[in-house]
Amino acid sequence: MAIEELPENVVVSKLDELASWCRKNSLWPMPFATACCGIELMATGASRHDLARFGAEVFRFSPRQCDLMIVAGRVVMKMLPVLQRIWQQMHEPKWCISMGACASTGGVFDTYSVVQGIDRFIPVDMYIPGCPPRPEQLIQGIIDLQDKIQLEGTVGGREFDLRARQQRKRSLVELPIVKTSGLILPR
Amino acid sequence: MAVRPEVIAALESQFAGIAPSEFRGQTRVTVPAAQLLDVLTTLKQTHDFDLLVDVTCVDYLNYRDATNRFGVAYLLANTTTAERLTIRVMLDEPNPAVSSVVSLWEGANWLEREVWDMFGIHFEGHPDLRRILLPDEFTAHPLRKDYPLQGRGERHNFPVLTRGEG
Ligand code: SF4
Repeated sequence: MAIEELPENVVVSKLDELASWCRKNSLWPMPFATACCGIELMATGASRHDLARFGAEVFRFSPRQCDLMIVAGRVVMKMLPVLQRIWQQMHEPKWCISMGACASTGGVFDTYSVVQGIDRFIPVDMYIPGCPPRPEQLIQGIIDLQDKIQLEGTVGGREFDLRARQQRKRSLVELPIVKTSGLILPR
Repeated sequence: MAVRPEVIAALESQFAGIAPSEFRGQTRVTVPAAQLLDVLTTLKQTHDFDLLVDVTCVDYLNYRDATNRFGVAYLLANTTTAERLTIRVMLDEPNPAVSSVVSLWEGANWLEREVWDMFGIHFEGHPDLRRILLPDEFTAHPLRKDYPLQGRGERHNFPVLTRGEG
């Protein structure tokens, strides 16, 4: 029997949209705070900026319980395997926010030990500029990520970053190395 | 506090080839590498310099008037009289090496490992001369002045995790 008219209190949707709606409003962040940006991350979670308004206040220090990695601060070579392992330990669907200049590009730390942007080695969904970004910016980033989750669908959680895109970032070459050994300082 | 002159005089009479100097109330003594352990043993046991504050190194590459490549500095303190003394050993390439002082001060262990890690100074007789800060697979000694600031591609050698694989 075909239904001719829906009752007023019934809304038709897609399962995918419903799942996205649920997920976007209960993000559980994994605070990967390695430097000064981490302080702003803490401020965002505290009462003044109150991340709870956007359903993302439950910071968990176990990656098994999280679905949003917030990388706040510079990541050094020795830390990157740890970051990758924590990312792998998080359950799908999961997202990653690269917070601040250092996490996104290495920032001013263009030295031998600092990774020049975590997106070269793990997928990133949202970049937040600033050094450090204000809590408002982080909140804006989370709101934008929520839009992204809603729009792009989450079943499987693999729709955002294609392998080709990742490879393109990977192939970014570093700046040519400045040769210093021939340099003679003035007397 | 500057070191008492009689300590320096005693050192000079006991060891040949050491060069004391003073700058703004701080006493430095440059010691030949072969005599380092003897000088430090004397300082600790006879003159009561009982605290090793730090072991560090300076790379004098392209430095004006420098004649040696590396200067390893031992900062000593006498905790009774508050005297402070800097002992310096000048070393050159290839294979800059000096004897370890872990037998005198246990605390020198990690300090020497750090100098090895960053400058590649070899400490002979060190019980466990491994890298302390950088990853084990790192091959260079990055605080040397001829090491490029941006590294030699060390930042690249990691697997890439993609969405599908993560
Ligand atoms: S972006 Fe600025 S505030 Fe953030 S970790 Fe880097 S230096 Fe610190």
